Amino acid sequence: MNNRNAALVTPAEGSVLSPEVETFISEQVRLQVAAELKRLGLDLARPKRAALIASKGTLDMAYPPLILATAAAAMDMEAAIFFTFYGLDIVKKKKLSNLKVPPLANPAMPVPMPNIIGMLPGMTRMATWMMKDWMKKGGVPSIPDLLDFAKENGVRLIVCQMSMDVLGIKKEELIDGLEFSGAAAYLDYAADADITLFV
Amino acid sequence: MSNYTPQRVLDCQGDACPLPLLKTKKAMAEMASGEILEVVGTDPGSKNDLPSWANRTGNVYLGEEEEGNVFHFFLQKK
Repeated sequence: MNNRNAALVTPAEGSVLSPEVETFISEQVRLQVAAELKRLGLDLARPKRAALIASKGTLDMAYPPLILATAAAAMDMEAAIFFTFYGLDIVKKKKLSNLKVPPLANPAMPVPMPNIIGMLPGMTRMATWMMKDWMKKGGVPSIPDLLDFAKENGVRLIVCQMSMDVLGIKKEELIDGLEFSGAAAYLDYAADADITLFV
Repeated sequence: MSNYTPQRVLDCQGDACPLPLLKTKKAMAEMASGEILEVVGTDPGSKNDLPSWANRTGNVYLGEEEEGNVFHFFLQKK
């Protein structure tokens, strides 16, 4: 190690800097490093963030974003769900307790159901009843309960304004506590997210 | 006989994901630093979920005890 580096690493004996000056310098360095990291978008102290998209209006696809968002909030993360297209049914007053799971073209039904039977009247109702029954027996909260938990725990529920306009849905048809915005708002939020998922 | 002396016991029997996490968060928020929470549950998923929860929130996962199908999880508030 040459003399110059040695001087940087080990303070010279009989240092010319007073303790006050040393404290001042280290504080200034700390602030400057923090400011530079922040400028680079590296705020290490900020909470983790999950930005989820809910794009499906079936019962089975309503669960994942709601469970993940509420679990994220329980883990002190920031979380938002962006509801788009058919996902809007999850926050529709008349639909949210009445989401369905279609047996048609769904090879994962517990009793494998040929499509020709899945298309018969009443089959969607039966599959939906079955799924709600497992969820209840399994101790999984219902969709309305999960929406309440999400709101209680600060999950932001953001509705795609364009989907509302295209599908002709009015704000009065939706539950309270929603935000309304577009793709840029989601992307702005998601750009600083650690987790993004499209469901 | 348990190795821990909890200040509070939370009943999550019959609850599945994500309820034990939400209830644990709520209970811990009302507790003081250093206090121990016992979560009693029947969800086997909690055996991995509660340590992850503690790791992420900075609380301490002390351990678990099993009695048949019932689990006792012990967490210490940071």
